[in-house]
Formats: sequence, C-alpha cells, structure tokens
Amino acid sequence: MDILVVLEGVNGTIHRISKEALVAAQALGKDINQKVSVLAFGKDSANLSKEASGFNVNEVILVEDDNLNSYSADAYAETIKQVVEKESPNFVIMGYSYLVRDFFPKVSARLQKPLITDVIGYKTDGGKTLYTKQVIHGKLTVDIESKVEGPVLVGFQSAAYSADNLENGSAEIRTVAVALDSAQLKTTSEEPFQEESGGVDLTAADKIISIGRGVGKEENMPMVKDLAVALKAEIGASRPIVDSGWLPNSHQVGSSGQSVTPNLYLALGISGAIQHVVGMKGSKNIVAINRDPDAPIFEVADYGIVGDILEIVPKLTESLKNQ
Amino acid sequence: MKIGVLVKQVAGSESPLRIDSNEKWVDEGSVDFATNESDSYALEEALQIIERSGGEGEVVVISMGPADRTPKIIREALAKGGHRAIHIQEEAPYETDPFMVASIFAESIKDESFDLVLSGLQSDDLGSGQTGVILGELLGMSTATLVMGVELQDGKLRVKRELESGWFQWVTLPFPACITIQSGLNQPRYPSLKGIMGAKKKEIKSIAKGDIKVSGTPMQEFSKLYSHKAEKRTEMIEGSADQIVEKMVDIFKKEIKAI
Repeated sequence: MDILVVLEGVNGTIHRISKEALVAAQALGKDINQKVSVLAFGKDSANLSKEASGFNVNEVILVEDDNLNSYSADAYAETIKQVVEKESPNFVIMGYSYLVRDFFPKVSARLQKPLITDVIGYKTDGGKTLYTKQVIHGKLTVDIESKVEGPVLVGFQSAAYSADNLENGSAEIRTVAVALDSAQLKTTSEEPFQEESGGVDLTAADKIISIGRGVGKEENMPMVKDLAVALKAEIGASRPIVDSGWLPNSHQVGSSGQSVTPNLYLALGISGAIQHVVGMKGSKNIVAINRDPDAPIFEVADYGIVGDILEIVPKLTESLKNQ
Repeated sequence: MKIGVLVKQVAGSESPLRIDSNEKWVDEGSVDFATNESDSYALEEALQIIERSGGEGEVVVISMGPADRTPKIIREALAKGGHRAIHIQEEAPYETDPFMVASIFAESIKDESFDLVLSGLQSDDLGSGQTGVILGELLGMSTATLVMGVELQDGKLRVKRELESGWFQWVTLPFPACITIQSGLNQPRYPSLKGIMGAKKKEIKSIAKGDIKVSGTPMQEFSKLYSHKAEKRTEMIEGSADQIVEKMVDIFKKEIKAI
C-alpha cells in the first residue's frame, strides 16, 4: 500500500480535519505517484466507510470491532498499528485533531516509526519528502525528514489544507479484521460534552476586537471594553487571556474556541500562535498591533502596527468617539 | 503518591530569534528563556494533587537541557514546592526527535517507579506534542493528553480531556499514569521567599545525557530551519501614536468600511 489516510468520525460523519488531511494526501499522491487509501474505524465506521467510498481514493478499508464503539486510546492505537502491519503503507496520515493527539503518538511508539506532527505542508526533493511545520511560538518554520525505512506517520495541522478541494470518485470497501484484547485497553471514556453553550457567539460578529497576552494585566481590561463600545465590536481573546480568567471561555478564538470571519478583526497584543490563527485567518480585514515586530500575527495581517497597545488604544477610542 | 513532572526551558514568547549559521536551530546568545507554559500548569497540578492528599507524597522535577541555563527553571520549580529534581544535562546540538527524547526520559526515570508522570501537552519550541505519550508507552503506563481537570476516584485517575471548540470528554485511567496538561486548568503559583531559600538546599541529581544508554538512532531530523514568508502582503502603519490612530481611523472608514 502507498498512502493510508486514517479517518476520524464525529457525529457519524467524517471530521473536517480528516478531509483536509485527505486533500493533502491526494496532492502528495499525485506528486510522488502513489495511490491513496483510507481507513474507517471506530463508532459509526460503516457510515464513515460509505461516505469515504465517494472520494477519489484507491480503496476504503473498514475495521469493525466492538472494542472501538467508545473511545479508547489503546484500542485506537492498536487498530492502526495492526492495519499498518498488515497493509504496509509508506505513509500513514491523519488530521491532527485534539483527539488524534491522544493516540497517534502511541502508534509511533508501538511501531517504532516517526510521527511528524502539526504539519502545514510538504516538499518533494529527489526521492525525499520533507514535512514543513512551525516551531518556537510559530515564529520559525522547519522542514523535517524521516531517517528510517518504512512508514512515516504524519499529522496535518487543522486548516493547513481546504476540505473544499477534496476530489470525489468511487472506491470499493474492503473489511479488515483486527485482534484487540480488552485486557490490554487501559482507559475508559465517557461521551463528549460541550461546556458553556449560550456564551458569546462571535461567529456572526461583523467586528471583533481580540486581545492577547500583550494586554499585560487585568487592570487594562476596561480600556479594551471602552474601545469595543466605541467601535461597536464584540470582544474575542487568545488562550492566555481565558486561561488567566480575564474573560470567560466563550470569548476564545482559535482551535480550542470559535472560528470567526468578521469584516474587521483587530488583534491587540496577540502573538499569532497557529492555534489562534486557524480560528481567525478567514477574517476579511485583519489589523494587528503588537510590540514584537517578529510576532507571527503580522504574517496574516492586512495592516500591521508595531507599537504599544496601552498607548494607541485609548487614543483610538477617543478618536472613534469623535467620529 | 509519587509524581514526576517534566519541565522544559524554551525560548520565551517575545524572545528575539536568530537562526544559527547551520540552519538547524537558533543562536542561543540572543534568546530569552522561560519555563514552557503548559509545564508550569503541570507542576502546579502535581503540587495540588499532593496538597489535596494531605501532603503525602513527593513531586520530582525532571528536566533535560544544558548545564549553564537549565538549573534556573529547576530551582524555580523547587522553590514552588517540588521536593527534588533530576537534571539530564544535554549539550548542543539538542535532540529534536520526540521518540529519542522520550526514550532518554524513560531510561532516566524507570527506577523511580512513579505513580504519576505529568508534563505540558507540548513544548512551545519544538511543539511535537508526543513526548509524554511515548514516555507513558515506554514505561507501560496509561496515558491521556490535553488534560483540563484531574480527579482521584476509587484508586483511579479521572481526567477531563479537551476536544475542539468547547467540547470535553472524561477519561478514567488506572495507575501508573502519564498525562499531559493543557494550559489553563489551574493558576500556577509564584515561589515564596521561603520557597526560594529552601530550594537552595534541595537535591538536584545531574546525569549526563551521554551516560544514558538508549537503543536506536533518531527517526526524524530537522533538515532546515528558516523564517517563513508572510501569507499576505501586510501594509505597515507607522508614525507617532497620534499619526497611527489617524491612519487607522481613515482605513476603518475608507478601506474596511467598519465605521
């Protein structure tokens, strides 16, 4: 087998992040002339396999096992390990969601094969494939290569590829059996649940002022709220603000929070870690103010200001009030 | 309960970064170092687990890094309440393969027989997010990641895992367990003056990385480190604060039509 994309299910359908990874795999497959197959397993695996059979893939592998009906890191990892041992793919690819982070490294440990995570792209160079990811607070980029024979495991960062580019087709479904020993499955899980529904809905906002670590201290929050009133904007935040308890979780923008697409996204003191950027880079106009000229937020900003928000924000509020 | 906590010293979020001439890492001379953010939350959780069980037990701080700078964050962790520390001394070039890093940790701590090992979910520099899970696998422990809540229940560990977009899931694990902590589950404490003084007397066991025997060689390697290209053309607004504000309001009005 050439390339195996392992699918993640959510509410009976294929997770968007898995489709994005499949788009990456389809592109890689074309570049290096390898066929792409997919693996469906876990709860609702039959539905996932049917959905996947409508994609442009070589074949769909279906694993059905009662041990996979609720989430178990050990069962999920062992399933992928056994399928990889049977089918010998050159690449094993997943969308690197928060669930996949929990078990894909186990597959790496059990197969003793490299796992390269949060990959945003790839390059082919001679016979080599290089995997690109961001490092050191998202400020620098590195190309990583596998140094061993056999499969390389790749986890693609959310939103690195667009699920809209998925190529449709038709593929056969083939059932593969795995042997899971329930005595080896250490953990048990409960059903996922959502917290704090009914909080702020930023997804419909036309203007968002979003704040990050650069706000400095909680005493500066009224300054931000004054600007929000003057600009008639909602307030969003990056993770450190929510972690500090200055705003409730429902204000968080990014992979842990909401994905937003306002007309104006004004980022104040936000460095622009990729976990935040994936939730706001679809905004129509991004304006960023940050003291650090190397802050990665400037890479996605339409307008950038290197400066002190404590100095600029009160003046901006005054000026907006006088408009 | 005997708890090990992995902490890593990384470049701080606002540190200047200059790529080294070998294009594999940054020139450390210009870096401002800090404790990896999620590791601070992991340490705090370890200290609170011991406090909740009436002070019974031990928190061992474990860190890998060079001898000249790593002791700073180890002492800080001891000042906050860690009981003793293990320092794996590593000189540049640093190990970047998470499987090798986990193997070195596993070999260094296997005789400690920890009930629980905690770490941050990922390092802010390499960001592979795998070390904790692979370490747990190598030591035969149960594992869970992105933990936002920890409960002890009937001799087991019940943890709240974060999923995307405000979703969570509770997972129950048997001991020994190795879990990785997501930022935000507690409020990390500051070291007290008494803690800082006391930390000077606490044991730090130093081991040279070269003396730790692990099998195998790195399975993945950095090929090249570089600055990325901007996704968009960014128009920089410059001038005094007043001039910047004037230009911003103009852009809000005419270009963005936000006011």
